[in-house]
Amino acid sequence: MARHVIAPVNELPPGTRKFVTIDDRPIAIFNIKGEFFGLLNRCPHQGAALCEGPLIGLAQSSDPGAIEYTRLGEIIRCPWHGWEFDVRTGQSYCDPRRFRVKAYPVNVEPGAAVVKGPYVAETIKVAVESDYVVVDL
Amino acid sequence: MNIQVRDLPEQAASVQTKSAQTKTAQVKTAIADCDIHPAPATRTELYPFLAKRWHDHLETYDKHPYQGMMEGPPYPKAQPNASRRDAYPPEGGPQGSSLSFMQKQHLDPNNVVLGVLNPLKTGQGLRNHDLAAAICSAINDWQIEKWTSQDRRLKASVVVANEDGPTAAAEIRKRAGDPNFVQVLLLSRNVEPLGQRRYWPIYEAAQEAGLPVGVHAFGFGGNPITPSGWPSFYIEEMVGHAQCQQSALASLVLEGVFERYPKLKMVMVEAGFGWAPSLAWRLDRSWQRLRSEVPHVKRPPSDYIRDHIWWTTQPMEDPERRDHLFDVIDWIGWDKLLFATDYPHWDYDDPSRVLPPGVSDANREAFYLGNARKVYGLA
Repeated sequence: MARHVIAPVNELPPGTRKFVTIDDRPIAIFNIKGEFFGLLNRCPHQGAALCEGPLIGLAQSSDPGAIEYTRLGEIIRCPWHGWEFDVRTGQSYCDPRRFRVKAYPVNVEPGAAVVKGPYVAETIKVAVESDYVVVDL
Repeated sequence: MNIQVRDLPEQAASVQTKSAQTKTAQVKTAIADCDIHPAPATRTELYPFLAKRWHDHLETYDKHPYQGMMEGPPYPKAQPNASRRDAYPPEGGPQGSSLSFMQKQHLDPNNVVLGVLNPLKTGQGLRNHDLAAAICSAINDWQIEKWTSQDRRLKASVVVANEDGPTAAAEIRKRAGDPNFVQVLLLSRNVEPLGQRRYWPIYEAAQEAGLPVGVHAFGFGGNPITPSGWPSFYIEEMVGHAQCQQSALASLVLEGVFERYPKLKMVMVEAGFGWAPSLAWRLDRSWQRLRSEVPHVKRPPSDYIRDHIWWTTQPMEDPERRDHLFDVIDWIGWDKLLFATDYPHWDYDDPSRVLPPGVSDANREAFYLGNARKVYGLA
């Protein structure tokens, strides 16, 4: 497993996402209300670029007529077939037993730690005084 | 270690990524896509193909389909324009409105060697039959001008003013023998079930022209879109396409259309095929008991279905157990299925994902290409 530096934290404000390709794997990094998450940008259903879909909430119902809409902005909806996945875990909401999108841990690390390594950051200049978004892969 | 960072998604960028992913894969098998939906880029793109009289009519009165609502689809769609969100052309316009982007996103990377165009927003289902005929004819010219003459892989469908049989037949005869066209296109929702005699001039002209008649899900007939009334949800419209197509197919068989037009071929487009055996069994059983009511139906209904009907695959039947899928296909015949993606619509089927393992090379080739070439006369 290697740790890859994605971007300085201030380049990924809440509500944004960034697309990267690491070792031929397309990955999307999300900032959801200050928390960072990574998902493989390929829908396990038919292969669409899943993470280019809209971020929606989770509509659930305990009983017909009762609707709870929670977790706004934490569910990614595929741009092709509308399959929904939990950005936090990669869990599918329509077929969780058969399908899951690969989730990658994402953390914020101080520049000092990133400089020390072991991190991979060929295309990003790392400064000791900034914080960085780092994905484990 | 190679880290490529790119900015927020743009449609063109996602295409690059996809082709980069597949660069090292082996060359993809050539396929036919028997359900592609081209769209005009602007509201007035058809005007050059329409008489001035109709420009003014459209600006003043617009279109009035056979349905309660003045315009729009009977049910709202789950994605914009019922289409993939990554299929907007970079130059603007709705999904499916740019040939170059269709080539780049779909035809080239998926190695589509035969693409059948099925325009949906046409004059079909309009109450003003003269306007319907004018728009349909314009769409047919537009398909040649914008699509088939620009990319020889693409073939057009003759769209017709479906509720006006003689006018529709005249449009088919006008296009007969034109190699740009490979089928006549109807929709499944009409004012009456499709076997009824008001539609026979269409079948007569199609048989004469040697063109199969495709029946695509959707359309405007003014009737509730399910046999039990107007449903609450879009998902009911989606699954209702199968019910609607069953009524249409039963009508075609039971009215004697295939007795009257024995060379007619029909393609059921985008309405599933898993229901075909059960409909045929039920028809046969009832026909054994009620044959005297419909003496013009001389053979068991299942015979007509097997002989005259082809089926596009999208949205593919997707049972948990693949042997269930194979059982259904065995009944229908591997020679009757036509692969389709429905590009750019949102319930698109990716060609690499629809067939489970365990299919012979010959059946796979027939499914993806050979059957389409045969039924559309391009073999």
